[in-house]
Amino acid sequence: MDVYLPIAEVSLDIFVLLGLGAGVGFLSGVFGVGGGFLLTPLLILIGVPAPIAVASSANQLVGASVSGVLAHWRRGHVDFKMGFTLLVGGLAGSFLGIWLFTLFARLGQIELVISLCYVVLLGTLGIMMGVESLRAMLRQRRPGAARRKLHRHTWLHGLPLKTRFRKSQLYISALLPIGLGFFVGVLSAVMGIGGGFLMVPAMIYTLGMPTTMVPGTSLLQIIFVAANVTLLQAYTNHTVDAVLALLLLVGGVLGAQFGTRFGTRLRGEQLRFLLALIVLIVAGQLAHDLTIRPKHLFVVPMENR
Amino acid sequence: MARRRLAAVAALGLALAPLAARADAVIADLSSHQIGITTGFNGASVVLFGATDGPADVIAVVRGPERELTVWRKGKVAGVWTNAEAETFTNAPSFYAIAASRPLDEILSRASAALHRVGIENLRFEPRATTTPERAALFADALVAAQQRAGLFAVTTGRIAFLGERLFRTTLTFPANVPTGSYLVEVFLVRDKEIVGAQTTPLVVSKVGVDAAVYEFAHRRALAYGAIAVVMAVMAGWLASLPFRNA
Repeated sequence: MDVYLPIAEVSLDIFVLLGLGAGVGFLSGVFGVGGGFLLTPLLILIGVPAPIAVASSANQLVGASVSGVLAHWRRGHVDFKMGFTLLVGGLAGSFLGIWLFTLFARLGQIELVISLCYVVLLGTLGIMMGVESLRAMLRQRRPGAARRKLHRHTWLHGLPLKTRFRKSQLYISALLPIGLGFFVGVLSAVMGIGGGFLMVPAMIYTLGMPTTMVPGTSLLQIIFVAANVTLLQAYTNHTVDAVLALLLLVGGVLGAQFGTRFGTRLRGEQLRFLLALIVLIVAGQLAHDLTIRPKHLFVVPMENR
Repeated sequence: MARRRLAAVAALGLALAPLAARADAVIADLSSHQIGITTGFNGASVVLFGATDGPADVIAVVRGPERELTVWRKGKVAGVWTNAEAETFTNAPSFYAIAASRPLDEILSRASAALHRVGIENLRFEPRATTTPERAALFADALVAAQQRAGLFAVTTGRIAFLGERLFRTTLTFPANVPTGSYLVEVFLVRDKEIVGAQTTPLVVSKVGVDAAVYEFAHRRALAYGAIAVVMAVMAGWLASLPFRNA
């Protein structure tokens, strides 16, 4: 059954959209990532114009993240103080990101920039996480092996504005989460994603947060960054298709709830290894697409037809 | 040379001498003058029907509103395929379809086809910036090919069927991604390879109902629309988590 999307100006099968939302929502619940890094390319693949896909994904992320945060919150797995500290940087970053997005779109290079960002970031992250989680799994198999130190001190811990995050049992500089939030905020606006797949590993490895607290806290700040991106895109580019977002959400929120339950049954390192695999597959596909000769050498971008 | 001049004079005559004077040579109408794009929209078809004043051939041309379109040529830069060069055309029709009672080259002279822009090869695209004719032609051809892939330019000529000698009809089909705007359906009466009569009928493609309202709102009150979209998403997320509250 086809449904016409008023802003995207295309007709798509309603069950494809619902299914897409459910699949991505499930992943988002399991890993605490918004799933935008999968949703946006998949939407483009089924015929939604790229700018609309980017902006509408941000819109659906708002809802998916609300649902995800509530599920984690009931288990006490959300560090609100950390979430809002991240958000301070995230909001500032998303303003800069939208500006860059508009600039690259005008130069006709936004698709290339998006793809390159994905390949570099996903590739690096996937390898790092994969290696780390494999090591952790191997360590567990050999009881009595040397345990990791509780936490290591680096120059990052010498920064000013030391703040205590009780829920995460951390005493670190507030500049760390603010800077992380800013960096992810820029990328999330440019790439049209919540940035959870960047935020989650960074929170685990750079901030040293406990794995159980990470998904809920990451989702909390994604709500606000995605809401900001949605507003800015709707206002400056008129690219938010609320009907598309709502359909994705209906599938997505249900998927996310099941994903969250599924996720609590998996151990941290298994979860990270699985996420690393998905991240690497997406990166590989995008890199492949960039380097093979395109089927059509001439293209007319759909959005200006 | 003389023949060419004659053709030119004839062409001028055609352009100036009002076709309207002979408009009653062919009368045509559409089964509907509006295509409404609703939520379930999956393309549409409209019946074009009419009558001629005697045995003749008929050609119908459907033209969508003109747009400014940019064509990109991909090139390999540092091992990566990217949009390398662009050419922008100011007057590309957003939709073009054609139907005829017999194959076009059998019933219409080349000069007439060019003059009335009948057939995709006779469409003219104006580049926005100055460029060499070869380059303009290369990108214009690419534009046509891209529009054909998108289903917006006809690949083949449709068939107009005659019922007896004077009544004709054909079905014009429009894909799901049909651009909105004011269309013109031109019906040409052809005798001895020349156009001897014509009639133009308007056709409007527009969003109707809820979709039109959403689209209007999103453009006129963009900030309010964005805010509603966000609130809606928050509500949906909250509602969906309710059944799982005690899980």
